[in-house]
Amino acid sequence: MGNFFRVAWVVMRKDLTIEARSREIVFTTLFFAVACVLVFAFALVREGRALEDAAAGILWIAIAFAGTLVLGRTFERERYAQTLQGLLLAPADRPAVYVGKLLGIVALLVAVEIVLLPLVGLMFQAAFANRPLILAALLLAGTLGFGAVGTLFAAMLGRARSRDVLLPVLLYPITIPVIIAGVRGTAALLEAPPDAEMAWFWIGLLTFFDIVFVTLSLWTFEPLMTE
Amino acid sequence: MSRPAFDFTHLTVDDVSRHFGRRRALARVSLECRAGETLGLLGPNGAGKSTLIAILATILAPSSGQVRYGSATGREAGAGLRRTLGLLAHDLYLYPELTARENLEFFARLYGLDDPAACARAALARAGLDERGDELVSGFSRGMRQRLALERALVHHPRLVLLDEPFTGLDDRSSARLIERLADLKKDGCLLIVATHDIGLAEHVIDRAVMLQDGRAMPIPDGTGGLRDRYRQAVGSA
Repeated sequence: MGNFFRVAWVVMRKDLTIEARSREIVFTTLFFAVACVLVFAFALVREGRALEDAAAGILWIAIAFAGTLVLGRTFERERYAQTLQGLLLAPADRPAVYVGKLLGIVALLVAVEIVLLPLVGLMFQAAFANRPLILAALLLAGTLGFGAVGTLFAAMLGRARSRDVLLPVLLYPITIPVIIAGVRGTAALLEAPPDAEMAWFWIGLLTFFDIVFVTLSLWTFEPLMTE
Repeated sequence: MSRPAFDFTHLTVDDVSRHFGRRRALARVSLECRAGETLGLLGPNGAGKSTLIAILATILAPSSGQVRYGSATGREAGAGLRRTLGLLAHDLYLYPELTARENLEFFARLYGLDDPAACARAALARAGLDERGDELVSGFSRGMRQRLALERALVHHPRLVLLDEPFTGLDDRSSARLIERLADLKKDGCLLIVATHDIGLAEHVIDRAVMLQDGRAMPIPDGTGGLRDRYRQAVGSA
C-alpha cells in the first residue's frame, strides 16, 4: 500500500513541477474560466441583480469547462513524447499512476476554483463566504468526481485521433449528476439563510458519486490502458 | 547489481503474429535470445521491427502466438516483468519541461530505486551529460536526448534491453560510446535486442541477426563476409 501512494505522489509531484515551471495550464484555464464568467455576468446580471441560482450554475459550468481544458492539456503533455507509455512500462501499480494523475488534476482545478470563487461572488453578488467550510467540501467532492471520470477518459483517449472532440462528448453526459449535485448544493448555501442541511445532503450524494467513479476507474484503468 | 525477484535468462518468441485491422504487421515470427547475447532485428522501414519490440516490451499484445520470458508469459509474470524490461523506443519517454536530472530521478523513483539522486548522477555521467544535468531537456539536441533516453531506459538495470534504432541522432563519438555501453550490458548478462536498419553500426554490436521483411522473420545466415553482404544475400533470396 505504501508503494501505491509513493507512486501516486511521485506522479502528482512530477505533474505539478511541470506546471509550476510552465504555468501553461493554469493561465490558459484561468483565462478561459474568467472569460466564461464575465460573458455570463453580462448576460444574466441586470441592474446589479442576478437571476436566482445563477451564481451556482455559472460557477459549476466554469469549473466543468475549465476541467475539460485541464484534462486535455495534462494528457497532451504525456502524449507529446509518449511518456504515458513510459509510465505504464514501469513496474508500478497502474491504478497508482491513475491516482497520481487524478490528484494533479484536482490540485490544478482547486487552484482555478480559488480564483473563480471571488470573481463569481463579485459579479453575481453571491455570498460564498457564508459557509466556507461546507462550500470547500462541496467543491472538493464535486471536483474529485469530475476529475475521476475525466482522468480515466482523457488517459483512454490519449491515442485517439479526435480525442479533443471525444473527451467532452464522453465526459459531460457521465458527469452531469456531479455538476447538478454541485449546483444544487451551492445554491442551497447561497440561500438566505444558507440551507446547510440541504448542502450536506448534496455533499453526501457527491461523495457517493466519488466513491463509485473512483472505484470504477481504479478497476478499469489497467485493462483500458493495456492495449 | 541486484536482480529483481522475477528474472529470466532466455526469451522465446513463438509464432507471434500481429494485425492492425486488416494490415498484417508480423506474421508467425519465432526467435530466441539468451542472457549475454545481442540479437539484431534488421530490416527496411515498415518491416515490423518496432511492432516486435513493442510486443516484447508488453506494450502491444500479439494477435496470436506467445512470448515467454524464461518460462512465464507476460501475463503470468505481471508487474514483476516490467521491472526487468528496459525500452528505448522511437519516442524517448522524456519530459521536455523537466531537467535531465529530474527526468532520471523521476523514473528512478517510479521504479522504486533506493537512492534516486545517486542513480541519476551515475546515469548522467554514463550519458556524458553530467555538466548539463540541470538543463531542461527541451533545450537538448536529438543526440543528447537519445543518450539521456538510453540511460533512462537502463536506470533500473533491466535484464531485457530493447533498443529501437538506438543510433538515431548520435554522432560518431556517441555511437562509439553506445557500442561500448552495449558491450558492458552484454557482459553483465543482459539480453539485448537491437532493432536497426543501420547495418554498418549494428555489425559492431550484434552476435546474431534476424531479418524482418513484410512482417516475416528469416535468419541471416552465418558465414564469411560482412553482415551487410549476408544481409543483402538474405534480402535477395527472400
